[in-house]
Amino acid sequence: MVVGVIYAVLFWTATLVLVLGVANKIRIYAKTPAPLKIPTTPAPVTQSGVFLRMFQEVFFFKSLFRADKLLWVLGMLFHYTMLIIVLRHFRYVQEPVWGVIQFVQPFGIYAGFLFIIGLLGLMARRIFIDRIRYITAPSDIAMLLLLILIGVSGLMMQFVSPTDILMVKAFFRGLITFDWQPLPSDVVLLVHLGLVAALMLIFPISKLLHAPGIFFSPTRNQIDNPREKRHIAPWAAELEKQGKTYLDELD
Amino acid sequence: MAADYDVPKITGEDGIVDIPSLQPDAMKGHGPWVSKPEFQEDMHFPTDFTMPESIENYGDAGTLVENWKERALDKMGDLKGRYRSLQVFLDICVKCGACTDKCHYYIGSSDPKNMPVARQDLLRKVYRRYFTFAGKFFGKIGMPGFVGAAELTEDVVKDWYNYYHQCSQCRRCSVFCPYGIDTAEISMAAREILDHIGMGQKYCTEIMGKLNKIGNNLGLPEAALADTLEGLEEDIFDETGVDVKLPLDKKGSDILLITPSADFFAEPHVDGLMGYAKVLHELGLDWTLSSYASEGANFGMFIGSYENMRKVSLRIRKAAQDLGVKRIVFGECGHAWRVAYSFLNTLAGPFDFLDQNYPVPQHILEITEPALAAGKLNIDKSQNDDKVLTFHDSCNIARGSRMGDKPGGQFVLPRNVIKAVCNNYVDMPADTIHDATYCCGGGGGILTDDLMEIRVKGAQPRMEALKHVTDKHQVTHMAAICAICKSQFTKVVPYYGFTMDMIVSVHQLVSNAIVLKGQLTEEEIEARDAAEEAERIAAKEAREKAAAEKAAKESKDT
Ligand code: HEM
Ligand code: SF4
Ligand code: SF4
Ligand code: SF4
Repeated sequence: MVVGVIYAVLFWTATLVLVLGVANKIRIYAKTPAPLKIPTTPAPVTQSGVFLRMFQEVFFFKSLFRADKLLWVLGMLFHYTMLIIVLRHFRYVQEPVWGVIQFVQPFGIYAGFLFIIGLLGLMARRIFIDRIRYITAPSDIAMLLLLILIGVSGLMMQFVSPTDILMVKAFFRGLITFDWQPLPSDVVLLVHLGLVAALMLIFPISKLLHAPGIFFSPTRNQIDNPREKRHIAPWAAELEKQGKTYLDELD
Repeated sequence: MAADYDVPKITGEDGIVDIPSLQPDAMKGHGPWVSKPEFQEDMHFPTDFTMPESIENYGDAGTLVENWKERALDKMGDLKGRYRSLQVFLDICVKCGACTDKCHYYIGSSDPKNMPVARQDLLRKVYRRYFTFAGKFFGKIGMPGFVGAAELTEDVVKDWYNYYHQCSQCRRCSVFCPYGIDTAEISMAAREILDHIGMGQKYCTEIMGKLNKIGNNLGLPEAALADTLEGLEEDIFDETGVDVKLPLDKKGSDILLITPSADFFAEPHVDGLMGYAKVLHELGLDWTLSSYASEGANFGMFIGSYENMRKVSLRIRKAAQDLGVKRIVFGECGHAWRVAYSFLNTLAGPFDFLDQNYPVPQHILEITEPALAAGKLNIDKSQNDDKVLTFHDSCNIARGSRMGDKPGGQFVLPRNVIKAVCNNYVDMPADTIHDATYCCGGGGGILTDDLMEIRVKGAQPRMEALKHVTDKHQVTHMAAICAICKSQFTKVVPYYGFTMDMIVSVHQLVSNAIVLKGQLTEEEIEARDAAEEAERIAAKEAREKAAAEKAAKESKDT
């Protein structure tokens, strides 16, 4: 039960940090003005065009495809398998389990292996390509290791030392209703869950912010219509209103 | 041409450069000349710094403003609160490296700090150290490097000054980044911070000073400008026998033409200017230049200063109002067009006092191209038969603006115009044109002699592509639509074994091919010139004869 309590506190904290941290970042991104029109052109000239552009970037990594085919393959492999894995995990908290979640279950195992292969490929780039090695900080390696270990510990529970899934499910459902439940004290499970909590904790303070951030990237989300529609930031409008040239001259 | 540094080798094989392996610190240096306090003052930047005694001292703490560190961080905080681009881009880079081989300066110099993400990291590591939880935490326990954070030191400032002046803000990296991270935005912010701690760049600030005082980057006063334009009118008359005007400050004209001041004197720019004049004349448009706003370029963008960029832009608004024009049209210039197309309405709008039937502002190609398509201009393509053309997409036009109403019009319009006035046209390889175009190597405030080495090296990818089409497709000339591109190319192509006169303006090609109403044929011009010559000789003889007679008379008198 002690383990259960520690992990309950850990997951509540991690969830809180993840949700509030990301929400706070999104708030900052949203309230920071983009004073100039800077879409990378050719850019869509309508809102629906921008929607399409964003869609292609988020779901198909379109720019990355132009940039680097190998990275694109590894990146797509890693992200989509991660998506499948995450979806699959919903069954540990949902009751009843949705159709989509049931549907992806059989793909889960393959996804687990491909996930690790993708990550190993990404790691190899960081080690073997001199340019990528140069720009890699220890934290970049650590993050890949973290994800690889999450994957490995997950697969171990599948193949080496299965854990009591029903108990795990009871634990997570308990978290939702603030109802303390014990957790099986299998080492592999505890490592797996600990690493996942760590991933959630670092999310809002690391480069993982690329996930919400991409939606705020002005070079991708702006409509190319500067001549048709005047675009002006509040602080710039203030200069105009007060007839001043420099910001430090504002009243 | 002799070079005192390594000029990259080009082969012309497939027109695509090989990506070099890293040579750390290959381009380490002191950067361009630092701006004096008096220039900084004109730009409203702090002046409480000491001019470094020599270039070795650039960036030394003693030369910077008081409390430089605090003030640099304050400025960074201020900018990230005012620019979403900066805030988001500093946070979200995943260090995937997709951009690492996309910058012409990295390709040409092999210096890893010229890889776009590494260039961003020079600023990002300081942002991480002082503005993020991870950086502060690992900084406190003495290992900021673990999360890619670093203390702000003199050496960091020196790297900023050096490497942020090896970025032409061409945005090629942003095309390929999965999140569109635009290193240009980071470079602009870095230069703005440097301007606030006593490390402004002389080239940019000095030029902006001239523009603020006189109206153009060259410091060409009104009288000199009027003379120059008159000279050009004479040239066109001599060449065609047609009285094509280049009006200056003509009140009540329909169109105000704003063009980079290099168009008034530099080659091949000036041939382009004569081309616009001929087109506008032929279409019967009533236009004028302005002496008050006699500059299309806006270096405020290079230094990331919204306020200074706006100040310069407002000259155009004022000129348009004072002259009472109905439309604003821009000449051939990359950065000028980006500022005009993307920013002018923001900076100096709203332009509700102009004729809303036309886009504000309009590019000269948006006039020439439809006119050619509609057959409104009389063209003799054979006048350009001595050439096989290719076209350099200027990055600021390609990736930072548009022409016409469809996305990508900026690639189509110039090519349509070239093809309408020339019989021979070949594109460079696909990975080097359109939005993947390589910068000429001289944009973004780099076009100065003190940065010659990086300019030459940065031109390599474009030169490789050019070599390919000259070797394999008999290309003889490369047309451009940017004043900086033209100046940069004429200067650097000789390093790669080309001749400078292979660079032409797009409207120069139009100018060659256009046959004006009433234009004299070559024979007529020859006959006219011969008649004039004969007249001149006769007059001279008469004068000499009179003088001789007078002298004889005088000697007789004495
Ligand atoms: C909107 C959703 C997302 C998009 C569009 C997106 C896109 C990308 C892209 C394009 C890359 C660069 C290429 C690559 O390495 O794969 C990347 C890298 C990465 N992404 Fe995501 N991502 C998203 C969500 C996430 C989430 C939720 C995570 C959580 C773990 C994540 C973790 C990573 C990691 C760790 C890398 C770096 C890989 C490396 O080190 O090489 N991504 N992402
Ligand atoms: S491509 Fe974008 S995300 Fe990837 S390293 Fe470069 S700037 Fe960062
Ligand atoms: S903007 Fe251009 S010059 Fe600057 S880093 Fe990107 S590719 Fe290089
Ligand atoms: S000078 Fe020309 S090629 Fe170079 S950055 Fe500017 S527009 Fe691009």
